[in-house]
Amino acid sequence: MIVASANHRFRKFKSLAMNSLCIACALLVILPLVVILFYLVKMGASSLNLAFFTNLPQAPNQPGSGMANAIAGTLELLLLASFVGVPAGILGGIYLSEYGGERMNRWIRFWADVLNGVPSIVWGMLSYALVVIRMKAFSAWAGGLALGFIMLPLVLRTTEEVLVLVPRSYREAALALGLPQWKTIMRIVLPTALRGIVTGILLAMGRIAGETAPLLFTALGNDYWNHNLSGPIAALPLQIFKYAISAYDDWHRQAWAGALVLVALTFILSIGVRLFSRGRFQKST
Amino acid sequence: MNFMTPDETKPAPARASESSPAAAPRADSNSTAEPASAAARPVSAITVKDLSVFFGKHQVLKSVSLDIQARAVTAIIGPSGCGKSTFLRSLNRMHELVAEARMEGDIRLFGEDIYGKNVEPVLVRRRVGMVFQKSNPFPTMSIGENVTVGLRLNGIRNRAVLQERTEQSLRMAALWDEVKDRLNAPAVSLSGGQQQRLCIARALAVQPEVLLMDEPASALDPLATSKIEDLILELKKDYTIVIVTHNMQQAARASDYTAFFYMGELVEFGATSQIFTSPKQKRTEDYVTGRFG
Repeated sequence: MIVASANHRFRKFKSLAMNSLCIACALLVILPLVVILFYLVKMGASSLNLAFFTNLPQAPNQPGSGMANAIAGTLELLLLASFVGVPAGILGGIYLSEYGGERMNRWIRFWADVLNGVPSIVWGMLSYALVVIRMKAFSAWAGGLALGFIMLPLVLRTTEEVLVLVPRSYREAALALGLPQWKTIMRIVLPTALRGIVTGILLAMGRIAGETAPLLFTALGNDYWNHNLSGPIAALPLQIFKYAISAYDDWHRQAWAGALVLVALTFILSIGVRLFSRGRFQKST
Repeated sequence: MNFMTPDETKPAPARASESSPAAAPRADSNSTAEPASAAARPVSAITVKDLSVFFGKHQVLKSVSLDIQARAVTAIIGPSGCGKSTFLRSLNRMHELVAEARMEGDIRLFGEDIYGKNVEPVLVRRRVGMVFQKSNPFPTMSIGENVTVGLRLNGIRNRAVLQERTEQSLRMAALWDEVKDRLNAPAVSLSGGQQQRLCIARALAVQPEVLLMDEPASALDPLATSKIEDLILELKKDYTIVIVTHNMQQAARASDYTAFFYMGELVEFGATSQIFTSPKQKRTEDYVTGRFG
């Protein structure tokens, strides 16, 4: 029988219907992003000018108000957080992938996943207790530490995952050349997985760049240039938060512009991920 | 040269008395005149006595004893799972990468106990190199960097030395003419057969005394395979070679001695011509004639 029966036609219809549903749901994922971007540009672009990137915040309705200190502050906080999260995350990931026994690894992975799920404001509280109370001041250190805590399990797990993907045969080849294990890891395994590790770091930075809650009572925020890491430091999410809950239309517009810059920053980090994915000698995976 | 850490240079007491004549240095008198073949005065490079290897509770090798002759090719044959690869890996302690691996017995490299107290596996592996079934050049490195990686990471920085050793190793691996103009090209740009010869060059560059080959041609086409076999015949002038192979013709063509393993036991060991033409054991005959395995 070559001619399609009614039953067969019904099956084809079902297939088409389910396919369409899948495509629709896939598009649904992108929809919020498109809406957000559209809305951010509509509300924020008009307030974006050179002054926004070079000037300090001004009183409401003053011309030439900017968020230069908050943009710089966010970058500083990302750097400080990286000092905490990157070395610990990478070394921990190396332990999990190269040294740890199965039992130990299960526990570490479990706790890393629990840490990953801890609400970010709790990290702020921890950093407050550890740093702010002792130093008797809100500070960039405290903010960076809180963000570093959030970064740590992310970097740990991505590092482990990409190291495990490095074929065993490369490790064997290096060991068979009479190289000690630490050199095998440092010079053969890590370089092979470098792209993946850097990608993981950049993604973790993108994740923490927008965190507001852990900064509320650690970095605190300010309206001036501060080059002292032991004092309060401004950050884009804090500035947006402050402006958004204010009573001034001018500040509301500034908050939209700040949000646009923040999204652009994470977008740039993602592009960095893409560019870095093209390593020497290797096609992107 | 020995495997001891510098503060532990006391030589291991000779336990097996018959192995002491084998302790002669590698560059002995018969090295220059004729290639050490089955006929030449045999010198044991590796002496294995009562070797048993366990992975957890599973015993993979059962009391294997055999002498591997210097400057000759010894082939290890046998069906899958018979312990060939484990035997090979126990010769440079690579089997220890498996966490629950355990060994009993005695293995001596030119008289030195490679499992002795204070022996550093890393130093054993510098003298007993290895080539694997699947070619595995390091993907982050160029052709030239792959050849010299073992030297560079062991602290040799002199460019003249590195250059000389690159050419020498690639020539020995019969790859020099094909890659001399593109040493800076990525190693993964080479064909499968070339990659395997690059891996051989990489292993040769650190100047080991013994070269272990774990089915080095099983992933290659017939032409590349014959190149590897020619290479093996060439290399045995300077090196002791142990090769695991599934390919009976390859064992017959390329080796001087053949060991037949079955179910973790060494069934028969002898000159290759004898193993293939007049095996003493029924199981050997059945296997080499293709009746099982």
